[in-house]
Amino acid sequence: MTEYEAVIGLEVHGQLNTRTKMFCGCSTAFGAPPNTHVCPVCLGMPGALPVPNRRAIELAVRVGRALDCELFATSQFARKNYFYPDLAKGYQISQFELPLNGKGELTVELDGSPLAIGITRIHLEEDAAKNMHGVGGETLVDFNRAGVPLMEVVSEPDLRTAAQAEAYLKKLREVFLFCGANDGNLEEGSFRCDANVSIRPVGQARFGTRVELKNINSFRFVRLAIEFEIARQTALIAAGGEVVQETRTYSDARNETISMRGKEEAHDYRYFPDPDLPPLVLPEEMLARVTVPEQADAIRARFVASGLSSGAAMVLTSHPAFARYTDTVIAAGANAKTAANFIQAEVLRHARTDGLEATFPVPAERVAELLALVADGTINGKIAKDVFSQMVTSRRPPAAIIEEQGLAQVTDRGAIAQVVDQVLSDNPSQVAKYREGKTNLLGFFVGQVMKATQGQANPKVVNELLRERL
Amino acid sequence: MNRRNGLQTPSEGTARTRRYLDRIARHDGELNAFLHVDGEGALAPAAPGPLSGWVVAVKDNICTRGQKTTCGSNMLANFVSPYDAHVVTRLRANGATLIGKTNLDEFAMGSSGENSAFGATRNPHDLARVPGGSSSGSAAAVAAGLCDAALGSDTGGSVRQPAAFCGVTGIKPTHGRVSRYGLVAFASSLDQIGTLARDVRSAATLLTAISGHDPRDATSASRAVDDFAPQGVRGLRIGVLKGDLEREGNDERVVAGIQRAAKALEAEGATLVDVALPSAAHAVSAYYLIAPCEASSNLARFDGIRYGARASAADLRATYEETRARGFGPEVKRRIMLGTYALSSGYYDAYYLRAQKLRTLIRRDYESAFASCDVILGPTAPAPAFSLGERTDDPLSMYLADIYTLPASLAGLPAISTPCGFTEDGLPLAAQFVAPAFEERLAISAAAAIERSLGPFDVAPRYADGLPRSLSAGAA
Repeated sequence: MTEYEAVIGLEVHGQLNTRTKMFCGCSTAFGAPPNTHVCPVCLGMPGALPVPNRRAIELAVRVGRALDCELFATSQFARKNYFYPDLAKGYQISQFELPLNGKGELTVELDGSPLAIGITRIHLEEDAAKNMHGVGGETLVDFNRAGVPLMEVVSEPDLRTAAQAEAYLKKLREVFLFCGANDGNLEEGSFRCDANVSIRPVGQARFGTRVELKNINSFRFVRLAIEFEIARQTALIAAGGEVVQETRTYSDARNETISMRGKEEAHDYRYFPDPDLPPLVLPEEMLARVTVPEQADAIRARFVASGLSSGAAMVLTSHPAFARYTDTVIAAGANAKTAANFIQAEVLRHARTDGLEATFPVPAERVAELLALVADGTINGKIAKDVFSQMVTSRRPPAAIIEEQGLAQVTDRGAIAQVVDQVLSDNPSQVAKYREGKTNLLGFFVGQVMKATQGQANPKVVNELLRERL
Repeated sequence: MNRRNGLQTPSEGTARTRRYLDRIARHDGELNAFLHVDGEGALAPAAPGPLSGWVVAVKDNICTRGQKTTCGSNMLANFVSPYDAHVVTRLRANGATLIGKTNLDEFAMGSSGENSAFGATRNPHDLARVPGGSSSGSAAAVAAGLCDAALGSDTGGSVRQPAAFCGVTGIKPTHGRVSRYGLVAFASSLDQIGTLARDVRSAATLLTAISGHDPRDATSASRAVDDFAPQGVRGLRIGVLKGDLEREGNDERVVAGIQRAAKALEAEGATLVDVALPSAAHAVSAYYLIAPCEASSNLARFDGIRYGARASAADLRATYEETRARGFGPEVKRRIMLGTYALSSGYYDAYYLRAQKLRTLIRRDYESAFASCDVILGPTAPAPAFSLGERTDDPLSMYLADIYTLPASLAGLPAISTPCGFTEDGLPLAAQFVAPAFEERLAISAAAAIERSLGPFDVAPRYADGLPRSLSAGAA
């Protein structure tokens, strides 16, 4: 029986993190009332002209550099012509023959081994508006999104499995995030993926007929859609049928792909260079200025080198703001491992991410102060958690909270010894058992002492005194 | 422009405007040069500035806030732009009085003014003849003395050819010299806003006012704007397009006019050299591919969805089809179809790309010609104004009316058309000067020299009565 393999290429549209649109000064903010972020340019009014957004270009250059892409000092905007109500000008300004970035590469890790995926190109374009169907039987168009800057990252057909595709997308999203270029939000559509899927007998060089999967809005659905599509195409061919070139979409309710339109309905986009926009020549000054921020892999390696577990390093680089926060705490003098544990256990519970931004309950500097108070023995780790909870609610510095509530720990050996003696005499049977060899009862005694001192006793001293007496 | 020679008091300005409004009321019935006259706006006080008192008309494909901008099309019959074009902002800031919007071939596509959805404009020198196009209304309004000057747009000769037919001066500046922001696009890589006036200096003064960088037009040049006032021509090397003069199909009166102009320049101290533009023979072919290609895309926005006329139809596709079938006239449809075809997959290389290569060849021809001369002299059009209806059924003969204006458009170079005499039956004849990029002043100076020797060329004779005095310093 013939064995088949899938050939998958992905096209990712990422909204570039700019305040204004690709070719006009309108805001890109999401969620405003319909048609409030519009002007003659993005509405395609007669006589209006586009002017490229420098920031968008810089961000796309940054991503291109992060993906080791060939950067073209001269690229060209082109018009993609078709009619649709969400397309104000009757064409979309995109890049066609001369994109901003050419070939590059993205390495993902899958089952512990690296896999390099080729990048074909990255180009700039503008988003379309949003059609809202079925409002009173009419179609209404919201042009707030029209003209929002996008980068399209096209991969080589290097992927063979749905899992590889998912890993590639997650990695690409991470690159976008750590470049500060895109917020990676699939639900709001600022990170969108189309997949080209075909199958062929293993060993055949020629590609099979491809199907384009469009509008898939989660990583899981990308995987499920590709898995379904591979199975569908394989079954079709195995049964002697042929795959039809078409565009399909994924229904999560039915977990299957559904035909949207066939090849014959495909548009002839009549691309040609946009005569309103001269060739995009990147100024030397911009090329010199645009650098790639430290990427997640590098930060993880650094964290591990400073003593963090790879798990902790992973969690703390799951968002660029988490990594920055961790770095700030450590830079303020905290022990890396202690800081990592505390941030993971306490801070992230209260942290909220919103796109590329994140809000934290307490500034990183204050957490560093708190951890310093643990390090110098002023309080112990348990008290630190309580103080932190109060910092979250009262927004006050840790030292003030400790001072006011007398939470500084007791290190006076004499005072602690009294409590230890009391605990031992209150629990004679446990003492006997301990002495018979049940040494794991030490924890019980420590707990009793801490309870009696409301957690303020220095655990190190408590341990020492207990061992002496037992 | 020198204010001492201009307006004395604001009330004098209002009086001038009233006289022009009266003239429009009296004469425009027969001319149909204006699509809308803004009496109220024109009589409102204008800002003080170098164009104080100037009464200017604007071609109706240039956006004016709060006033209709129809492009001579049923598609935009009731369209009111939400903003002013850059040039309109500049005119207002310079103190000009905007009197109204002028007729044109629909979306600036035409060479006779007959393609307007709102009726043809007539030539003030002979009402049975066309005024040329597409800035038909602007040229006729200036020639008939219905305003001091006007703005037009020139894609393949649409300022120069009607200026030639109507006996006025028309300047098409270098592509990028004047912002296109607010000019309804026909063919973006060729479109330029230009000026028309009864004398060279006025056309140059108006050009100075509207030139300069505009950050809203990415193709707008950041070059500093010179004073475009004409200078002497002593020592100027005038390249004469011998080939164009010898070309079969030229009206001999046009050729005689150019020879007269050449002699006049020589008499003023310029020297004549023969030059040739071998590739310019292909300009018509190249232009009628590039312009329709760009137009097919530029005019896609007129879909009836956001503004303009919308036909009600059963579904989306039918809405598009009906809207565009009813909204556009035959010449616009012809060019959209031509351009759509030429850009289609499989034809792009053979048509659009080859046309672009021709364009490069033409540009190079000019570069080598300018190695031996400063400006190039030739005819603006092969013949004087033709009769209304004469060419409407023959698009090719209509396209050939642009044969001498197209090369400079394709090369993006500044060019000026200025009168150089009349035929025996009183039809204006014109000479065209083309200069290197951003050297408008050379072409303007050469035109002014002709005007000094062969002019003055003033208002069309039948409209001479009661014309307000020119405000332009040094004008006739």
